Amino acid sequence: MKIEILGTGCAKCKALEEATKQAVAQSGKFAQIEKVEDIMKIMAYGVMSTPGLVIDGKVISTGKLLSVPEIVDLIKAH
Amino acid sequence: MMWQESVNVLVYEWLNMPQGEKLSDALNFFIYDTVKILFLLTIIIYAVTLLRSYFSTEKVREYLSKKHEYTGNVLAALFGIITPFCSCSAIPLFLGFLQARIPLGVTFSYLISAPLNNEIAIAMLLSMFGWKVAALYVGFGLLVAILGGIIIGRLGLENEILIEVKPIEGEIKAHEQKVAFDTRLREAWEYTFDILLKIWLYVLIGVGAGAFIHGYVPTEFITSVAGADNPFAVPLATLLGVPMYSNAAGVMPLIEVLTAKGMLMGTALSFMMAITALSLPEAMILKRVMSLKLIAIFFGTVTIGIMGVGYLFNALL
Repeated sequence: MKIEILGTGCAKCKALEEATKQAVAQSGKFAQIEKVEDIMKIMAYGVMSTPGLVIDGKVISTGKLLSVPEIVDLIKAH
Repeated sequence: MMWQESVNVLVYEWLNMPQGEKLSDALNFFIYDTVKILFLLTIIIYAVTLLRSYFSTEKVREYLSKKHEYTGNVLAALFGIITPFCSCSAIPLFLGFLQARIPLGVTFSYLISAPLNNEIAIAMLLSMFGWKVAALYVGFGLLVAILGGIIIGRLGLENEILIEVKPIEGEIKAHEQKVAFDTRLREAWEYTFDILLKIWLYVLIGVGAGAFIHGYVPTEFITSVAGADNPFAVPLATLLGVPMYSNAAGVMPLIEVLTAKGMLMGTALSFMMAITALSLPEAMILKRVMSLKLIAIFFGTVTIGIMGVGYLFNALL
């Protein structure tokens, strides 16, 4: 599983990256986490409100700082 | 007002401060205003945030990409009221709109309207000046955004965009996020609480400074600087508003006192609009994707629009 955090470096984007790391650890699944800061790559996902969360190439959430339990649920649901 | 009576009892009876003296009146005003503003801010920001959770920038883009210019300008300005905006998302937004082949002028209508009609400014206006002034602010703000966007669109400035934007192939579709209603309620409250944490101190300082002016600065002074006696009050207020970006919470209480002491409403409107719409940090951020010429035209158009509103309003009333 590959999880991407889309964000140009705003405070919420960093917070989402941290929360995702914790969520992956809690879920017990193996996932590769990547922070995407390149604006053109973010645009390619069609996301305009950062931070965005992408799991295996699919946009899951935009413009929101998700909580750790919420991300755990999203990872498990995927 | 029941709340005013309660504050009177607190200051004049429990604290036993003499009525009619400057210090006790200033304290009375301070307590009355801060509690009233923070209370109303909480309710209004909560309501606006909840409503906003049903609109996303991505959905607005999908909708606008199917509209023509002019209709697009009007709709983009209207959507600016209801969608959230922060200067950190200005670039993805700008590029994202162009990517969806939305005309440059329509994109600018949105880019002018969104910060102008932010929830803090609207909530402060509603709680301090009432719905009439708030409606005037939003109405004239929309006018500036629509006309500004149309003018910029007519100037043919597409070459002034520094990054080449590849248009999206095929249909533009926003991805759907299904959110339960109780989740929306909780998220709206979290967001409101976040904002209150950020601005409560500015509100206190703003009202404190307002209470000082209220009690100590003579009305004649305000009238001569910001009233009908000074023909340059509007441009002066506009320029003063620029460095106060994102501090609507701290400055609006001052404007309330200034208008009560003779500042003309048009001048006040120009001041408020300059605070929210003309942001230097945003200009710095946009420099990565726009030429200086385009940024200068963007800010110049908005500045002229804001001053126009001020003069027009002062002349009409």
